[in-house]
Amino acid sequence: MDSQTPVVDFSGVAVRLGSTVVLRDVDLTIDHGEVVGLFGGNGAGKTTLLNVIATAIRPTAGQARVLGVDLNGDERLTVRGRIGVIGHNPALYPELTLWENLDIACRLTGRPTDGIGDVLQTVGLGGAAGRQGSQCSYGMQRRAEFARELLLEPDLVLLDEPHSALDVAAAELVEHLTSSVVARSGAAVLVSHDRERVEKLASRSVELESGSLVDGLDRD
Amino acid sequence: MGWIVTEPTLSSQALTIAGRDIQRERRRGEVLWVILPFGAIAMLLIPFGIGIDTPMLRRIGPGLFWVVVLLFGVLVTVRRTAADTDTEQALMLRLGVDPVAELLGRSAASVAMLIGFQLVVGAVTIALYDVDIARWPVLIALVPLVAIGLGLLGTIAGGISGSSGGANLVPFLVAPLAIPLLLAATQSMDGSTPTGGILGWLLLIVVVDIVLAVIGVLTARPLQEIR
Repeated sequence: MDSQTPVVDFSGVAVRLGSTVVLRDVDLTIDHGEVVGLFGGNGAGKTTLLNVIATAIRPTAGQARVLGVDLNGDERLTVRGRIGVIGHNPALYPELTLWENLDIACRLTGRPTDGIGDVLQTVGLGGAAGRQGSQCSYGMQRRAEFARELLLEPDLVLLDEPHSALDVAAAELVEHLTSSVVARSGAAVLVSHDRERVEKLASRSVELESGSLVDGLDRD
Repeated sequence: MGWIVTEPTLSSQALTIAGRDIQRERRRGEVLWVILPFGAIAMLLIPFGIGIDTPMLRRIGPGLFWVVVLLFGVLVTVRRTAADTDTEQALMLRLGVDPVAELLGRSAASVAMLIGFQLVVGAVTIALYDVDIARWPVLIALVPLVAIGLGLLGTIAGGISGSSGGANLVPFLVAPLAIPLLLAATQSMDGSTPTGGILGWLLLIVVVDIVLAVIGVLTARPLQEIR
């Protein structure tokens, strides 16, 4: 990864879904090693912005680059495997065991599978490796997602309400994951209503209001 | 942790997805415990509807078998693809899975299930309809070729039905592409078709399979984009 190129480089990005403008004129640059807290009220556009960065939604207008790749071009598909996402709903196959879920993620991305046991221990699921996703609590499923991202080692990690459903001990996983990404010269974006908790982890905060970025606060 | 990452190949991704789908089906049992019994029951009920006339049943049995295989077979594959949750679809995007690998993997798993479906419903047909199986060697080629066509057709149709507003298009897509499969399969097993003619019908199924594979590859990426 070229450390001169910003991890996220948005200029004048807008997103229109149907007749609704969800994001308007968003300028956002995230450099290597940054952890950015993204705040805003309900419907402010936080999850949409996260989805644009994750390449799941194409910008309607503006210039958008993630990890050096233009999101308006076809190359955007090539960058997806380098972006880790933990959203509202755990992305696990309910019929498969936690170990099988991680095994598939490793195989599909070309990672070795021999670290699965250790990572499951790290997130406190060492004893639940053989349990199917549907038999796990929401909190356990969230932990399994953190295990997946620790295994896949993304260059950019996007966390939407990362503390939800995690107990105090598990909440440390958020810090563990973001610090491991930053240590590899990556970056992290944390979307949350829990400003106090996220600001402890973030090097910078930005706020969305009605689809526009209204505030930026550098903590360095 | 610094793992050594090897770029996954199309075939390795497709194999992983096929294994995943078979394992999920093994645990969920939707094909085995829901669709397969309905297929067998359909073959059982038809004689009650049209009257138990053994010569007639013997004559129409193979045709009915292929109709049931086509209708239920497409159901097997469409349901599997369309039933994916948004989160499961997002996971494939997040992992950077090649949409062509996804198509091939899903279709391969469907083919395996459809071959099993055909064998069970075929056994029921032979038992209930007293059909002449003098041409059973043809089935060795016919069963996998039809399964490949249906597997691809169902996966493509499932991808479309999973996209916004796409569900209404499925019957219009499935019907024209399923008709040559049905026609060729029925004619291949028809005792009045000359041996040389069977080859022509089998070739038609191969052509349909190839056309479906090309359509699948060309539409895989756009369908992934709009889901």
